[in-house]
Amino acid sequence: MSQSVNRSVIPGFGITLGFSLLYLSLLFLLPVAGLFIFTAQMSWQDFWQAVSHPQVVASYKLSFMASFIGASINAVFGTLTAWVLVRYSFPGKKIVDALVDLPFALPTAVAGIALVTLYASTGWVGQYLDLFGIRVAYSEIGVVIALTYIGLPFVVRTVQPVLADFEKELEEASAALGASRLTTVRRVILPSILPALLTGYALAFARAVGEYGSVIFISGNMPFKTEITPLLIVAKAEQYDYNGAAAIGVVMLLAAFLLLVLINSLQWWASKRGGA
Amino acid sequence: MSAEIRLHSNAIGTKTPLKQATGEPAWVKWSLVGTMLVFLSLFLVLPLAVVLYGAFEQGLQVWWQAIVDPDALAAIRLTLLVLVIVVPVNAIFGVAIAWAIAKFEFRGKTLLISIIDMPFAISPVVVGLIFVIFFGSHGWLGPWLAEHDLKVIFAVPGIIIVILFGTLPFVARELIPLMQQQGKEEEEASLTLGANGWQTFWRVTLPNIKWGLIYGVVLCNARAMGEFGAVAIVSGRIRGETNTMPLHIEVLYNEYMFTAAFAVSSLLTGLALVTIVLKSWVEYKDERRHKTA
Repeated sequence: MSQSVNRSVIPGFGITLGFSLLYLSLLFLLPVAGLFIFTAQMSWQDFWQAVSHPQVVASYKLSFMASFIGASINAVFGTLTAWVLVRYSFPGKKIVDALVDLPFALPTAVAGIALVTLYASTGWVGQYLDLFGIRVAYSEIGVVIALTYIGLPFVVRTVQPVLADFEKELEEASAALGASRLTTVRRVILPSILPALLTGYALAFARAVGEYGSVIFISGNMPFKTEITPLLIVAKAEQYDYNGAAAIGVVMLLAAFLLLVLINSLQWWASKRGGA
Repeated sequence: MSAEIRLHSNAIGTKTPLKQATGEPAWVKWSLVGTMLVFLSLFLVLPLAVVLYGAFEQGLQVWWQAIVDPDALAAIRLTLLVLVIVVPVNAIFGVAIAWAIAKFEFRGKTLLISIIDMPFAISPVVVGLIFVIFFGSHGWLGPWLAEHDLKVIFAVPGIIIVILFGTLPFVARELIPLMQQQGKEEEEASLTLGANGWQTFWRVTLPNIKWGLIYGVVLCNARAMGEFGAVAIVSGRIRGETNTMPLHIEVLYNEYMFTAAFAVSSLLTGLALVTIVLKSWVEYKDERRHKTA
Protein backbone atom coordinates (compact mmCIF):
# COMPACT_ATOMS: atom_id res chain seq x y z
CA MET A 1 0.00 0.00 0.00
CA SER A 2 2.22 2.81 1.22
CA GLN A 3 5.92 3.09 0.45
CA SER A 4 7.12 1.77 3.77
CA VAL A 5 5.31 -1.50 3.08
CA ASN A 6 7.09 -1.93 -0.23
CA ARG A 7 10.42 -1.28 1.43
CA SER A 8 9.77 -3.68 4.30
CA VAL A 9 11.54 -7.03 4.10
CA ILE A 10 8.88 -8.66 6.25
CA PRO A 11 6.50 -10.81 4.22
CA GLY A 12 2.87 -11.67 4.81
CA PHE A 13 1.19 -8.27 4.76
CA GLY A 14 -1.31 -9.16 2.04
CA ILE A 15 -2.25 -12.56 3.42
CA THR A 16 -2.56 -11.60 7.09
CA LEU A 17 -4.47 -8.37 6.51
CA GLY A 18 -6.56 -9.96 3.77
CA PHE A 19 -7.54 -12.91 5.94
CA SER A 20 -8.27 -10.65 8.93
CA LEU A 21 -10.47 -8.31 6.92
CA LEU A 22 -12.32 -11.18 5.25
CA TYR A 23 -12.89 -12.91 8.59
CA LEU A 24 -14.08 -9.70 10.28
CA SER A 25 -16.36 -8.86 7.37
CA LEU A 26 -17.99 -12.29 7.14
CA LEU A 27 -18.31 -12.94 10.85
CA PHE A 28 -18.93 -9.44 12.14
CA LEU A 29 -19.67 -6.58 9.74
CA LEU A 30 -22.00 -8.38 7.34
CA PRO A 31 -24.23 -10.02 10.00
CA VAL A 32 -24.43 -6.79 12.06
CA ALA A 33 -25.33 -4.86 8.92
CA GLY A 34 -27.95 -7.55 8.28
CA LEU A 35 -29.67 -6.71 11.57
CA PHE A 36 -29.81 -3.01 10.69
CA ILE A 37 -31.12 -3.70 7.18
CA PHE A 38 -33.71 -6.13 8.54
CA THR A 39 -34.89 -3.49 11.00
CA ALA A 40 -34.88 -0.78 8.33
CA GLN A 41 -37.51 -2.76 6.44
CA MET A 42 -39.94 -2.22 9.30
CA SER A 43 -42.15 0.83 9.15
CA TRP A 44 -41.19 3.60 11.56
CA GLN A 45 -44.49 3.14 13.38
CA ASP A 46 -43.95 -0.59 13.92
CA PHE A 47 -40.40 0.07 15.06
CA TRP A 48 -41.43 2.78 17.49
CA GLN A 49 -44.23 0.64 18.86
CA ALA A 50 -41.84 -2.26 19.43
CA VAL A 51 -39.19 -0.21 21.23
CA SER A 52 -41.56 2.01 23.27
CA HIS A 53 -44.03 -0.62 24.50
CA PRO A 54 -44.51 -0.06 28.27
CA GLN A 55 -43.17 -3.54 29.06
CA VAL A 56 -40.03 -2.81 27.04
CA VAL A 57 -39.58 0.63 28.62
CA ALA A 58 -39.89 -0.97 32.08
CA SER A 59 -37.11 -3.40 31.08
CA TYR A 60 -34.82 -0.55 29.94
CA LYS A 61 -35.35 1.18 33.27
CA LEU A 62 -34.53 -1.97 35.22
CA SER A 63 -31.52 -2.90 33.04
CA PHE A 64 -29.98 0.57 33.18
CA MET A 65 -30.75 1.27 36.86
CA ALA A 66 -29.51 -2.13 38.05
CA SER A 67 -26.38 -1.85 35.87
CA PHE A 68 -25.78 1.65 37.25
CA ILE A 69 -26.11 0.50 40.86
CA GLY A 70 -24.01 -2.62 40.23
CA ALA A 71 -21.23 -0.63 38.55
CA SER A 72 -21.33 1.93 41.39
CA ILE A 73 -20.94 -0.80 44.01
CA ASN A 74 -18.01 -2.10 41.99
CA ALA A 75 -16.47 1.36 41.73
CA VAL A 76 -16.32 1.61 45.53
CA PHE A 77 -15.36 -1.95 46.42
CA GLY A 78 -13.24 -2.45 43.30
CA THR A 79 -11.10 0.57 44.13
CA LEU A 80 -10.83 -0.63 47.71
CA THR A 81 -9.81 -4.11 46.51
CA ALA A 82 -7.22 -2.69 44.09
CA TRP A 83 -5.83 -0.49 46.88
CA VAL A 84 -5.54 -3.38 49.35
CA LEU A 85 -3.94 -5.68 46.73
CA VAL A 86 -1.35 -3.07 45.69
CA ARG A 87 -0.51 -1.43 49.01
CA TYR A 88 -0.80 -4.07 51.74
CA SER A 89 0.52 -7.52 52.26
CA PHE A 90 -1.44 -10.17 54.08
CA PRO A 91 -1.54 -13.97 54.06
CA GLY A 92 -3.29 -15.44 51.00
CA LYS A 93 -2.96 -12.27 48.95
CA LYS A 94 -1.93 -14.12 45.77
CA ILE A 95 -5.01 -16.35 45.96
CA VAL A 96 -7.31 -13.38 46.51
CA ASP A 97 -5.70 -11.59 43.56
CA ALA A 98 -6.24 -14.58 41.26
CA LEU A 99 -9.80 -15.09 42.50
CA VAL A 100 -10.84 -11.60 41.34
CA ASP A 101 -10.93 -12.92 37.76
CA LEU A 102 -13.43 -15.65 38.62
CA PRO A 103 -16.47 -13.81 37.17
CA PHE A 104 -14.61 -13.70 33.82
CA ALA A 105 -13.81 -17.41 33.92
CA LEU A 106 -16.94 -18.93 35.45
CA PRO A 107 -19.73 -19.51 32.89
CA THR A 108 -22.60 -17.11 33.49
CA ALA A 109 -25.20 -19.87 33.72
CA VAL A 110 -23.22 -21.47 36.56
CA ALA A 111 -22.95 -18.11 38.31
CA GLY A 112 -26.69 -17.66 37.81
CA ILE A 113 -27.76 -20.87 39.50
CA ALA A 114 -25.15 -20.40 42.26
CA LEU A 115 -26.41 -16.90 43.08
CA VAL A 116 -30.09 -17.85 43.15
CA THR A 117 -29.31 -20.84 45.39
CA LEU A 118 -27.37 -18.59 47.79
CA TYR A 119 -29.95 -15.82 47.96
CA ALA A 120 -33.21 -17.83 47.87
CA SER A 121 -35.11 -17.63 51.15
CA THR A 122 -33.75 -21.08 52.06
CA GLY A 123 -30.20 -20.33 50.87
CA TRP A 124 -27.01 -19.80 52.88
CA VAL A 125 -27.31 -16.02 52.70
CA GLY A 126 -30.99 -15.60 51.86
CA GLN A 127 -32.27 -17.22 55.07
CA TYR A 128 -30.56 -14.55 57.19
CA LEU A 129 -31.71 -11.70 54.97
CA ASP A 130 -35.20 -13.17 55.21
CA LEU A 131 -35.15 -12.54 58.97
CA PHE A 132 -34.92 -8.82 58.21
CA GLY A 133 -37.61 -9.08 55.58
CA ILE A 134 -35.15 -8.54 52.72
CA ARG A 135 -35.94 -10.55 49.61
CA VAL A 136 -33.10 -10.78 47.12
CA ALA A 137 -34.02 -13.70 44.87
CA TYR A 138 -36.82 -12.92 42.41
CA SER A 139 -36.62 -9.18 43.10
CA GLU A 140 -34.80 -6.15 41.69
CA ILE A 141 -32.11 -6.59 44.36
CA GLY A 142 -31.32 -9.98 42.83
CA VAL A 143 -30.73 -8.36 39.45
CA VAL A 144 -28.35 -5.85 41.10
CA ILE A 145 -26.49 -8.68 42.87
CA ALA A 146 -25.98 -10.61 39.63
CA LEU A 147 -24.84 -7.51 37.73
CA THR A 148 -22.46 -6.57 40.54
CA TYR A 149 -21.00 -10.06 40.38
CA ILE A 150 -20.26 -10.07 36.65
CA GLY A 151 -18.80 -6.55 36.67
CA LEU A 152 -16.55 -7.12 39.69
CA PRO A 153 -13.19 -7.64 37.93
CA PHE A 154 -13.35 -4.56 35.67
CA VAL A 155 -12.69 -1.76 38.16
CA VAL A 156 -10.12 -3.82 40.09
CA ARG A 157 -8.17 -4.67 36.93
CA THR A 158 -8.20 -1.13 35.51
CA VAL A 159 -7.27 0.66 38.76
CA GLN A 160 -4.72 -1.89 40.01
CA PRO A 161 -1.93 -1.17 37.43
CA VAL A 162 -2.32 2.61 37.81
CA LEU A 163 -1.98 2.36 41.59
CA ALA A 164 1.02 0.07 41.21
CA ASP A 165 2.76 2.60 38.95
CA PHE A 166 1.85 5.54 41.15
CA GLU A 167 4.92 7.50 42.21
CA LYS A 168 5.31 7.44 45.96
CA GLU A 169 7.28 10.71 45.78
CA LEU A 170 4.05 12.60 45.10
CA GLU A 171 2.55 11.25 48.32
CA GLU A 172 5.70 12.07 50.24
CA ALA A 173 5.69 15.59 48.85
CA SER A 174 2.07 16.01 49.82
CA ALA A 175 2.75 14.73 53.34
CA ALA A 176 5.88 16.87 53.70
CA LEU A 177 3.87 19.93 52.75
CA GLY A 178 1.64 19.21 55.71
CA ALA A 179 -1.34 17.47 54.15
CA SER A 180 -3.08 14.91 56.30
CA ARG A 181 -3.23 11.33 55.02
CA LEU A 182 -6.89 11.70 54.10
CA THR A 183 -6.19 14.89 52.16
CA THR A 184 -3.34 13.19 50.28
CA VAL A 185 -5.57 10.28 49.32
CA ARG A 186 -8.40 12.57 48.30
CA ARG A 187 -6.44 15.30 46.53
CA VAL A 188 -3.37 13.49 45.18
CA ILE A 189 -4.08 9.78 44.72
CA LEU A 190 -7.76 9.83 43.78
CA PRO A 191 -7.42 12.32 40.88
CA SER A 192 -4.65 10.26 39.32
CA ILE A 193 -6.63 7.02 39.37
CA LEU A 194 -9.85 8.73 38.27
CA PRO A 195 -9.53 8.06 34.48
CA ALA A 196 -8.83 4.36 35.12
CA LEU A 197 -11.64 4.19 37.65
CA LEU A 198 -14.12 5.70 35.20
CA THR A 199 -12.95 3.34 32.44
CA GLY A 200 -13.52 0.35 34.71
CA TYR A 201 -16.87 1.77 35.75
CA ALA A 202 -17.98 2.17 32.11
CA LEU A 203 -16.74 -1.33 31.20
CA ALA A 204 -18.63 -2.87 34.12
CA PHE A 205 -21.74 -0.89 33.19
CA ALA A 206 -21.55 -1.89 29.51
CA ARG A 207 -21.12 -5.55 30.38
CA ALA A 208 -24.02 -5.42 32.85
CA VAL A 209 -26.50 -3.84 30.42
CA GLY A 210 -26.15 -6.76 28.00
CA GLU A 211 -25.83 -9.54 30.58
CA TYR A 212 -28.24 -12.45 30.38
CA GLY A 213 -27.04 -15.76 31.85
CA SER A 214 -26.25 -14.77 35.41
CA VAL A 215 -29.41 -12.66 35.80
CA ILE A 216 -32.28 -14.77 34.50
CA PHE A 217 -32.17 -17.35 37.28
CA ILE A 218 -32.14 -14.94 40.21
CA SER A 219 -34.48 -12.34 38.71
CA GLY A 220 -37.58 -14.50 38.35
CA ASN A 221 -38.42 -12.62 35.14
CA MET A 222 -41.69 -10.99 36.14
CA PRO A 223 -42.94 -8.59 33.43
CA PHE A 224 -42.74 -4.90 34.43
CA LYS A 225 -40.85 -5.84 37.58
CA THR A 226 -37.78 -8.02 37.16
CA GLU A 227 -37.60 -8.50 33.41
CA ILE A 228 -34.30 -7.28 31.90
CA THR A 229 -34.08 -6.12 28.26
CA PRO A 230 -31.92 -9.05 27.00
CA LEU A 231 -34.54 -11.45 28.36
CA LEU A 232 -37.26 -9.71 26.35
CA ILE A 233 -35.19 -10.20 23.19
CA VAL A 234 -34.86 -13.92 23.92
CA ALA A 235 -38.58 -14.19 24.68
CA LYS A 236 -39.54 -12.46 21.44
CA ALA A 237 -37.08 -14.55 19.39
CA GLU A 238 -38.50 -17.73 20.93
CA GLN A 239 -41.99 -16.65 19.84
CA TYR A 240 -40.59 -15.99 16.35
CA ASP A 241 -41.39 -12.26 16.75
CA TYR A 242 -38.16 -11.36 14.95
CA ASN A 243 -39.34 -7.83 14.13
CA GLY A 244 -39.90 -6.99 17.78
CA ALA A 245 -36.66 -8.67 18.83
CA ALA A 246 -34.64 -6.92 16.10
CA ALA A 247 -36.03 -3.48 16.97
CA ILE A 248 -35.02 -3.84 20.63
CA GLY A 249 -31.74 -5.40 19.51
CA VAL A 250 -30.93 -2.32 17.44
CA VAL A 251 -31.60 -0.07 20.44
CA MET A 252 -29.22 -2.20 22.52
CA LEU A 253 -26.59 -2.21 19.77
CA LEU A 254 -26.69 1.58 19.52
CA ALA A 255 -26.39 1.85 23.32
CA ALA A 256 -23.41 -0.51 23.19
CA PHE A 257 -21.68 1.52 20.47
CA LEU A 258 -22.23 4.75 22.42
CA LEU A 259 -20.74 3.14 25.51
CA LEU A 260 -17.79 1.92 23.45
CA VAL A 261 -17.11 5.44 22.20
CA LEU A 262 -17.28 6.67 25.80
CA ILE A 263 -14.91 3.93 26.97
CA ASN A 264 -12.43 4.69 24.18
CA SER A 265 -12.42 8.39 25.02
CA LEU A 266 -11.91 7.58 28.70
CA GLN A 267 -8.99 5.31 27.83
CA TRP A 268 -7.51 8.01 25.62
CA TRP A 269 -7.85 10.47 28.51
CA ALA A 270 -6.26 7.94 30.88
CA SER A 271 -3.29 7.32 28.62
CA LYS A 272 -2.79 11.06 28.12
CA ARG A 273 -2.87 11.52 31.89
CA GLY A 274 -0.50 8.61 32.38
CA GLY A 275 1.95 10.01 29.85
CA ALA A 276 1.96 13.51 31.33
CA MET B 1 12.33 31.73 52.91
CA SER B 2 9.46 31.65 55.35
CA ALA B 3 7.94 28.66 53.61
CA GLU B 4 11.20 26.83 53.95
CA ILE B 5 11.27 27.45 57.64
CA ARG B 6 7.70 26.37 58.11
CA LEU B 7 8.35 23.21 56.16
CA HIS B 8 11.38 22.52 58.29
CA SER B 9 9.66 23.15 61.58
CA ASN B 10 6.76 21.04 60.45
CA ALA B 11 9.04 18.10 59.77
CA ILE B 12 10.56 18.38 63.20
CA GLY B 13 7.41 19.30 65.01
CA THR B 14 5.33 16.34 63.92
CA LYS B 15 6.13 13.14 65.66
CA THR B 16 5.21 10.96 62.68
CA PRO B 17 8.09 10.27 60.34
CA LEU B 18 7.58 10.36 56.58
CA LYS B 19 7.05 6.63 56.32
CA GLN B 20 4.01 6.83 58.56
CA ALA B 21 2.75 9.92 56.82
CA THR B 22 2.49 8.03 53.53
CA GLY B 23 0.89 4.94 55.08
CA GLU B 24 -2.19 4.25 57.12
CA PRO B 25 -2.49 3.30 60.78
CA ALA B 26 -2.81 -0.44 61.37
CA TRP B 27 -6.48 -0.23 62.26
CA VAL B 28 -7.26 1.46 58.95
CA LYS B 29 -5.24 -1.10 57.03
CA TRP B 30 -6.88 -4.08 58.67
CA SER B 31 -10.39 -2.71 58.37
CA LEU B 32 -9.81 -2.12 54.65
CA VAL B 33 -8.43 -5.65 54.25
CA GLY B 34 -11.38 -7.00 56.26
CA THR B 35 -13.97 -5.11 54.21
CA MET B 36 -12.43 -6.41 51.00
CA LEU B 37 -12.39 -9.99 52.27
CA VAL B 38 -16.05 -9.81 53.33
CA PHE B 39 -17.04 -8.35 49.94
CA LEU B 40 -15.05 -10.93 47.96
CA SER B 41 -16.24 -13.83 50.13
CA LEU B 42 -19.82 -12.81 49.55
CA PHE B 43 -19.44 -12.42 45.79
CA LEU B 44 -16.68 -14.86 44.82
CA VAL B 45 -16.11 -17.54 47.44
CA LEU B 46 -19.71 -18.32 48.42
CA PRO B 47 -20.97 -18.89 44.83
CA LEU B 48 -18.01 -21.19 44.26
CA ALA B 49 -18.71 -23.05 47.49
CA VAL B 50 -22.42 -23.43 46.79
CA VAL B 51 -21.74 -25.03 43.38
CA LEU B 52 -19.31 -27.57 44.83
CA TYR B 53 -21.55 -28.26 47.85
CA GLY B 54 -24.59 -28.72 45.60
CA ALA B 55 -22.67 -31.06 43.30
CA PHE B 56 -21.26 -33.37 45.96
CA GLU B 57 -23.93 -33.05 48.68
CA GLN B 58 -25.45 -36.44 47.84
CA GLY B 59 -22.19 -38.22 47.35
CA LEU B 60 -19.81 -39.04 44.55
CA GLN B 61 -22.06 -41.67 43.00
CA VAL B 62 -24.95 -39.26 42.39
CA TRP B 63 -22.47 -36.76 40.97
CA TRP B 64 -21.07 -39.40 38.62
CA GLN B 65 -24.57 -40.47 37.53
CA ALA B 66 -25.34 -36.89 36.51
CA ILE B 67 -22.15 -36.67 34.46
CA VAL B 68 -22.59 -39.98 32.59
CA ASP B 69 -26.23 -39.29 31.81
CA PRO B 70 -26.53 -39.56 27.98
CA ASP B 71 -27.80 -35.97 27.58
CA ALA B 72 -25.00 -34.66 29.80
CA LEU B 73 -22.40 -36.60 27.81
CA ALA B 74 -23.83 -35.25 24.57
CA ALA B 75 -23.59 -31.71 25.97
CA ILE B 76 -19.98 -32.32 27.06
CA ARG B 77 -19.10 -33.69 23.62
CA LEU B 78 -20.71 -30.71 21.88
CA THR B 79 -18.90 -28.22 24.12
CA LEU B 80 -15.58 -29.97 23.39
CA LEU B 81 -16.30 -29.94 19.65
CA VAL B 82 -17.01 -26.20 19.84
CA LEU B 83 -13.74 -25.57 21.70
CA VAL B 84 -11.69 -27.64 19.24
CA ILE B 85 -12.94 -25.50 16.35
CA VAL B 86 -13.39 -22.05 17.90
CA VAL B 87 -10.14 -21.71 19.84
CA PRO B 88 -7.71 -22.52 16.97
CA VAL B 89 -9.65 -20.40 14.44
CA ASN B 90 -9.67 -17.34 16.68
CA ALA B 91 -6.04 -17.95 17.64
CA ILE B 92 -5.04 -17.95 13.95
CA PHE B 93 -7.10 -14.82 13.38
CA GLY B 94 -5.47 -13.17 16.40
CA VAL B 95 -1.94 -13.93 15.20
CA ALA B 96 -2.73 -12.85 11.61
CA ILE B 97 -4.28 -9.52 12.54
CA ALA B 98 -1.60 -8.78 15.13
CA TRP B 99 1.08 -9.50 12.51
CA ALA B 100 -0.53 -7.13 10.00
CA ILE B 101 -1.04 -4.37 12.58
CA ALA B 102 2.31 -4.63 14.38
CA LYS B 103 4.67 -5.17 11.44
CA PHE B 104 3.18 -2.85 8.82
CA GLU B 105 1.88 0.68 8.44
CA PHE B 106 -1.42 1.17 6.65
CA ARG B 107 -4.36 3.52 6.69
CA GLY B 108 -7.36 2.75 8.87
CA LYS B 109 -5.29 0.86 11.45
CA THR B 110 -6.81 2.66 14.44
CA LEU B 111 -10.30 2.00 13.13
CA LEU B 112 -9.47 -1.68 12.65
CA ILE B 113 -8.23 -1.95 16.24
CA SER B 114 -11.43 -0.42 17.60
CA ILE B 115 -13.59 -2.73 15.44
CA ILE B 116 -11.92 -5.77 17.02
CA ASP B 117 -13.15 -4.70 20.46
CA MET B 118 -16.76 -4.39 19.39
CA PRO B 119 -17.93 -7.98 19.93
CA PHE B 120 -17.16 -7.44 23.65
CA ALA B 121 -19.59 -4.56 23.83
CA ILE B 122 -22.48 -6.36 22.16
CA SER B 123 -24.87 -8.28 24.39
CA PRO B 124 -24.59 -12.05 23.81
CA VAL B 125 -28.33 -12.12 23.28
CA VAL B 126 -28.04 -9.58 20.45
CA VAL B 127 -25.24 -11.67 18.92
CA GLY B 128 -27.58 -14.67 18.80
CA LEU B 129 -30.36 -12.57 17.32
CA ILE B 130 -28.06 -11.16 14.62
CA PHE B 131 -27.32 -14.66 13.35
CA VAL B 132 -30.86 -15.97 13.65
CA ILE B 133 -31.89 -13.13 11.36
CA PHE B 134 -28.85 -13.49 9.09
CA PHE B 135 -29.37 -17.20 8.46
CA GLY B 136 -33.12 -17.24 9.06
CA SER B 137 -35.82 -17.54 6.43
CA HIS B 138 -36.15 -13.73 6.17
CA GLY B 139 -32.40 -13.20 6.00
CA TRP B 140 -30.02 -13.06 3.07
CA LEU B 141 -28.75 -16.59 3.34
CA GLY B 142 -31.89 -18.29 4.64
CA PRO B 143 -33.59 -19.16 1.32
CA TRP B 144 -30.34 -20.43 -0.21
CA LEU B 145 -29.61 -22.60 2.85
CA ALA B 146 -33.12 -24.05 2.79
CA GLU B 147 -32.80 -24.86 -0.91
CA HIS B 148 -29.61 -26.83 -0.28
CA ASP B 149 -31.02 -28.48 2.83
CA LEU B 150 -28.35 -26.95 5.08
CA LYS B 151 -29.23 -26.26 8.69
CA VAL B 152 -27.31 -23.54 10.52
CA ILE B 153 -29.78 -22.16 13.04
CA PHE B 154 -31.08 -24.64 15.64
CA ALA B 155 -28.09 -26.78 14.67
CA VAL B 156 -24.41 -27.16 15.54
CA PRO B 157 -22.98 -24.77 12.86
CA GLY B 158 -25.02 -21.87 14.29
CA ILE B 159 -23.70 -22.57 17.78
CA ILE B 160 -20.12 -22.59 16.52
CA ILE B 161 -20.60 -19.34 14.58
CA VAL B 162 -22.05 -17.35 17.50
CA ILE B 163 -19.27 -18.57 19.79
CA LEU B 164 -16.67 -17.62 17.15
CA PHE B 165 -18.20 -14.14 17.19
CA GLY B 166 -18.32 -13.87 20.98
CA THR B 167 -14.70 -14.92 21.47
CA LEU B 168 -13.24 -13.17 18.41
CA PRO B 169 -11.25 -10.45 20.25
CA PHE B 170 -9.49 -12.45 22.98
CA VAL B 171 -6.27 -13.58 21.27
CA ALA B 172 -6.08 -10.52 19.01
CA ARG B 173 -6.27 -7.99 21.83
CA GLU B 174 -3.56 -9.79 23.82
CA LEU B 175 -1.19 -10.02 20.85
CA ILE B 176 -1.64 -6.62 19.18
CA PRO B 177 -0.13 -4.46 21.97
CA LEU B 178 2.50 -7.11 22.69
CA MET B 179 3.71 -7.35 19.08
CA GLN B 180 3.51 -3.58 18.58
CA GLN B 181 5.75 -3.14 21.59
CA GLN B 182 8.23 -5.75 20.34
CA GLY B 183 8.60 -4.01 16.98
CA LYS B 184 10.03 -5.72 13.91
CA GLU B 185 13.82 -5.50 14.28
CA GLU B 186 14.26 -9.15 15.26
CA GLU B 187 12.21 -10.37 12.29
CA GLU B 188 14.11 -8.07 9.95
CA ALA B 189 17.42 -9.39 11.25
CA SER B 190 16.30 -12.98 10.78
CA LEU B 191 15.09 -12.30 7.22
CA THR B 192 18.24 -10.41 6.27
CA LEU B 193 20.30 -13.35 7.52
CA GLY B 194 18.52 -15.57 5.01
CA ALA B 195 15.63 -17.20 6.88
CA ASN B 196 12.34 -17.33 5.03
CA GLY B 197 9.04 -15.96 6.32
CA TRP B 198 7.81 -19.16 7.97
CA GLN B 199 11.14 -19.90 9.61
CA THR B 200 11.19 -16.37 10.97
CA PHE B 201 7.67 -16.74 12.31
CA TRP B 202 8.25 -20.10 14.00
CA ARG B 203 11.73 -19.41 15.38
CA VAL B 204 11.69 -15.69 16.14
CA THR B 205 8.15 -14.36 16.46
CA LEU B 206 6.38 -17.29 18.08
CA PRO B 207 8.83 -17.70 21.00
CA ASN B 208 8.50 -13.95 21.63
CA ILE B 209 4.71 -13.95 21.75
CA LYS B 210 4.31 -17.37 23.37
CA TRP B 211 2.98 -16.17 26.73
CA GLY B 212 0.64 -13.61 25.26
CA LEU B 213 -0.73 -16.26 22.92
CA ILE B 214 -1.27 -18.76 25.75
CA TYR B 215 -2.96 -16.05 27.80
CA GLY B 216 -5.32 -15.17 24.95
CA VAL B 217 -6.10 -18.82 24.24
CA VAL B 218 -6.89 -19.49 27.91
CA LEU B 219 -9.32 -16.55 28.04
CA CYS B 220 -10.86 -17.49 24.69
CA ASN B 221 -11.33 -21.05 25.91
CA ALA B 222 -12.99 -19.95 29.15
CA ARG B 223 -15.45 -17.72 27.35
CA ALA B 224 -16.17 -20.27 24.61
CA MET B 225 -17.11 -23.04 27.05
CA GLY B 226 -19.38 -20.74 29.03
CA GLU B 227 -21.08 -18.78 26.25
CA PHE B 228 -24.76 -18.82 27.07
CA GLY B 229 -26.99 -15.97 25.88
CA ALA B 230 -26.04 -16.19 22.21
CA VAL B 231 -26.21 -19.97 22.15
CA ALA B 232 -29.58 -19.92 23.92
CA ILE B 233 -31.09 -18.13 20.92
CA VAL B 234 -29.53 -20.10 18.07
CA SER B 235 -29.48 -23.60 19.55
CA GLY B 236 -33.18 -24.39 19.75
CA ARG B 237 -32.33 -26.46 22.85
CA ILE B 238 -32.70 -29.90 21.31
CA ARG B 239 -31.72 -32.31 24.06
CA GLY B 240 -28.77 -34.51 23.25
CA GLU B 241 -28.21 -32.60 20.01
CA THR B 242 -27.86 -28.82 20.34
CA ASN B 243 -27.45 -28.36 24.09
CA THR B 244 -24.03 -27.18 25.15
CA MET B 245 -23.03 -27.65 28.81
CA PRO B 246 -24.39 -24.27 29.98
CA LEU B 247 -27.71 -24.92 28.22
CA HIS B 248 -27.89 -28.41 29.69
CA ILE B 249 -27.39 -26.85 33.14
CA GLU B 250 -30.28 -24.48 32.47
CA VAL B 251 -32.55 -27.34 31.38
CA LEU B 252 -31.68 -29.38 34.48
CA TYR B 253 -32.23 -26.41 36.77
CA ASN B 254 -35.58 -25.58 35.26
CA GLU B 255 -36.63 -29.22 35.72
CA TYR B 256 -35.71 -28.92 39.43
CA MET B 257 -32.87 -31.43 39.05
CA PHE B 258 -30.63 -29.23 41.15
CA THR B 259 -28.03 -31.83 42.09
CA ALA B 260 -27.52 -32.80 38.45
CA ALA B 261 -27.35 -29.11 37.44
CA PHE B 262 -24.66 -28.49 40.04
CA ALA B 263 -22.80 -31.66 39.07
CA VAL B 264 -22.45 -30.51 35.45
CA SER B 265 -21.68 -27.00 36.77
CA SER B 266 -18.87 -28.42 38.89
CA LEU B 267 -17.06 -29.53 35.71
CA LEU B 268 -17.21 -26.01 34.25
CA THR B 269 -16.27 -24.57 37.64
CA GLY B 270 -13.22 -26.84 37.71
CA LEU B 271 -12.22 -25.57 34.27
CA ALA B 272 -12.78 -21.98 35.40
CA LEU B 273 -10.45 -22.54 38.36
CA VAL B 274 -7.85 -24.08 36.04
CA THR B 275 -8.25 -20.99 33.85
CA ILE B 276 -7.49 -18.51 36.62
CA VAL B 277 -4.57 -20.61 37.87
CA LEU B 278 -3.12 -20.74 34.33
CA LYS B 279 -3.69 -17.02 33.95
CA SER B 280 -1.82 -16.23 37.17
CA TRP B 281 0.96 -18.58 36.14
CA VAL B 282 1.32 -16.96 32.71
CA GLU B 283 1.39 -13.51 34.32
CA TYR B 284 4.02 -14.68 36.78
CA LYS B 285 6.17 -16.13 33.96
CA ASP B 286 5.79 -12.96 31.96
CA GLU B 287 6.77 -10.77 34.92
CA ARG B 288 9.89 -12.84 35.53
CA ARG B 289 10.83 -12.62 31.86
CA HIS B 290 10.52 -8.85 32.02
CA LYS B 291 12.68 -8.70 35.13
CA THR B 292 15.47 -10.84 33.72
CA ALA B 293 15.37 -9.09 30.33
